[in-house]
Amino acid sequence: MIKTFETPPPFASQWFDPLPPPALSSGTSCRLHGRFHELAPHLVPMDYTNEPDIRLPLTLIVTMPELKENPFRNRIVEVFSEDGQGNLSFNDFVDMFSALCETAPRELKAIYAFKIYDFNGDNFLCKEDLEKTLNRLTKGELTPEEVRLVCSKAIEEADLDGDSKLSFSDFENMISKAPDFLSTFHIRI
Amino acid sequence: SVVQESQEFVEKYEGAIGKGKGRKLYAYKVMMLKKWMKFQRDFENFKTACIPWEMKIKEIESHFGSSVASYFLFLRWMYGINMILFGLTFGLVMVPEALMGMPYGSMPRKTVPRAEEANAMDFAVLWDFGGYAQYSVLFYGYYNSQRTIGWLKFRMPLSYFLVGVGTVAYSYMVVIRTMARNANEDGGGDNNCFNFSWKMFTSWDYLIGNPETADNKFASITTSFKEAILEEQESRKDDNIHLTRFLRVLANFLVLCCLAGSGYLIYFVVRRSQKFALEGLESHTWWERNEVNMVMSLLGMFCPMLFDVISTLENYHPRIALQWQLGRIFALFLGNLYTFIIALMDEINLKREEEEMVKLNMTIWEAGLYNETVGVNSTTPPIAIHPADIPRGPCWETMVGQEFVRLIVSDTMTTYIMLLIGDFLRAVLVRFLNYCWCWDLEAGFPSYSEFDVSGNVLGLIFNQGMIWMGAFYAPCLPALNVLRLHVSMYLQCWAVMCCNVPQERVFKASGSNNFYMAMLLVILFLSTLPAIYTIVSIPPSFDCGPFSGKSRMFDVIQETLESDFPAWFGKVFSYASNPGLVLPFLLLMVLAIYYLQSTSKSYKQANLELKKKLQTVSHDNHVSAIILCAIPALT
Repeated sequence: MIKTFETPPPFASQWFDPLPPPALSSGTSCRLHGRFHELAPHLVPMDYTNEPDIRLPLTLIVTMPELKENPFRNRIVEVFSEDGQGNLSFNDFVDMFSALCETAPRELKAIYAFKIYDFNGDNFLCKEDLEKTLNRLTKGELTPEEVRLVCSKAIEEADLDGDSKLSFSDFENMISKAPDFLSTFHIRI
Repeated sequence: SVVQESQEFVEKYEGAIGKGKGRKLYAYKVMMLKKWMKFQRDFENFKTACIPWEMKIKEIESHFGSSVASYFLFLRWMYGINMILFGLTFGLVMVPEALMGMPYGSMPRKTVPRAEEANAMDFAVLWDFGGYAQYSVLFYGYYNSQRTIGWLKFRMPLSYFLVGVGTVAYSYMVVIRTMARNANEDGGGDNNCFNFSWKMFTSWDYLIGNPETADNKFASITTSFKEAILEEQESRKDDNIHLTRFLRVLANFLVLCCLAGSGYLIYFVVRRSQKFALEGLESHTWWERNEVNMVMSLLGMFCPMLFDVISTLENYHPRIALQWQLGRIFALFLGNLYTFIIALMDEINLKREEEEMVKLNMTIWEAGLYNETVGVNSTTPPIAIHPADIPRGPCWETMVGQEFVRLIVSDTMTTYIMLLIGDFLRAVLVRFLNYCWCWDLEAGFPSYSEFDVSGNVLGLIFNQGMIWMGAFYAPCLPALNVLRLHVSMYLQCWAVMCCNVPQERVFKASGSNNFYMAMLLVILFLSTLPAIYTIVSIPPSFDCGPFSGKSRMFDVIQETLESDFPAWFGKVFSYASNPGLVLPFLLLMVLAIYYLQSTSKSYKQANLELKKKLQTVSHDNHVSAIILCAIPALT
């Protein structure tokens, strides 16, 4: 019973495309616009009726108080930007906060969490991705053997298809059972 | 046929395509749907904006993380429940009696006795809930047993009884509903399977926005990983099991001794206070008068610290140790509360004996009164005695209510004072003495205090238990509790932000919130037991309260059925409450519970089997992957 292992699908947005994040109220949208404007008052216009194409760079977005202490802030902003470099338009900005808000569904959050922790963007959480995540979480306080032990234990626990890296279905299976996921993967604005 | 299909399609969706008769109706429907959804969204936002203290809790959450904020969310939830209870007791019991019942001074039960009148208005007496506070709608004794009052023909005794039952029923319903909701939101309860993965992907709290909190969180995540690694390595080696077991047995023995000791101390102190009460309270110092309450509060403060020290013998995993700690403190509070109740029952019995004496004396006194007047006049004019002069029985129900109110007031005061001294004063001292002290006060001893989540939650739960126990005898208790919770919310929010530092404790008491809910449910059950016992087995006082004159309090239901409902209803009810019908019904319920329990067990079993299957499949895949990788190497 030998299975043939096919190459993983390319960055396949067709099976991986997240649903649009939940619609926010007009009140929240106004507040978000206010916050977006505050980041760069000379760049962001108050009037969005002409839908200007203003993008704010990553270095500006990560100064927000909600993000500045987060070890994954760069990855979060990169994931929600269209060009993958972290330049957010207002729409991307709104998408980011509505995916991370309390009322976003679990499946949506799992999708974005997977993208955030996937540092090399190959649609799998391989050992290097896990090591990077762990080092950011512990600020490099663990010894290399400890890091290796933790990453191999994590893969051993969650990997279902036996390829020594976590695909999205492995990740989702693991995260859907986590009791703390919804309460920790949540930013309030 | 393609043409036919497209024609059918166009006909079906002509409104949406924008042609034909259906267009306007479709556009109208779409517009109404959009407006409705917008309205729903706005209403949801309005409801969210109306939630009290949301911004305060968000601030605490960003500074201290989600575990401290969970206490404040629990406090807010309790406040909601108490508001409902307050609404019930205030609207259906206190207000009708105040507005439609007989006014103050018209009956003996509603008037301050002549002997106490002199100091009925003193602050000391009022603070102790005597004097004018005792003879008011706040306590059971004030209520009249008249079947209907006012022009509305409001059935006061029935309302009193039903509100008492209703508060308990409502509380049960709310607690169980919340437990069910929490259990549904739970991931499925698989705690050990994904230990490291969860630590890696769900330990960072994205709500943290404060640098100090973030540093603490990094440190606690690191510690948590190190501990898990150590455990992983230690699980492969086992140390001296016998020594550990011996130490644990020793620790439990010490704890049992503590609990027994504290129980005896409470009992001793309550007996002493009974003696003091017999001798008259004025001849004793403030300490001797409030001994019981102070001892209970002090025990509640110092015993947990003792348990903490003893638990270092046990060498448990911190989460297990915390659960043991919570369990022991729970037992401590329970034991204390029950000793208090037993002592209260002794007092009730004493009061009832006194009542018999008073009844005897009253007949003699009345006879004496008649004899006097007959001597003066030949006809017997109606005797006009001021209600304040008529001797009345000791009202044991009011006494019970007063005891509970005093206990809660002293508990509240103790909590607030400990907060101000333990947290605020300590923070002030550490901050300002640090400039002129030999060692660094902020980093070493004593440093700033942490917010004790579990201690505070337990305190809240037990406070609520006392409310449930005493609310039947003192309708003012829910009102008092609403006030207390309101003040607590503001005071503790301020204290946390001002005097506390973020926690370094790595483990929460339990993964889900149901641990605290389960304790609340147990307390609810245990605290309604004494109240139910007194209602069912002790006859009410003969001259005070809405049930005076009846042989048992629940006779009011019988009375209502006889007088207010048509005759056939009474017959149906008596048939339905026949033991021959009730017992089979109970049996049926027990069988249904057993059936549901066994089906849920079989589902869990099936779940476990599937999980095992998944694991074996993944293992098989892993093995095949290794084999496949090895094949090119072999060839």
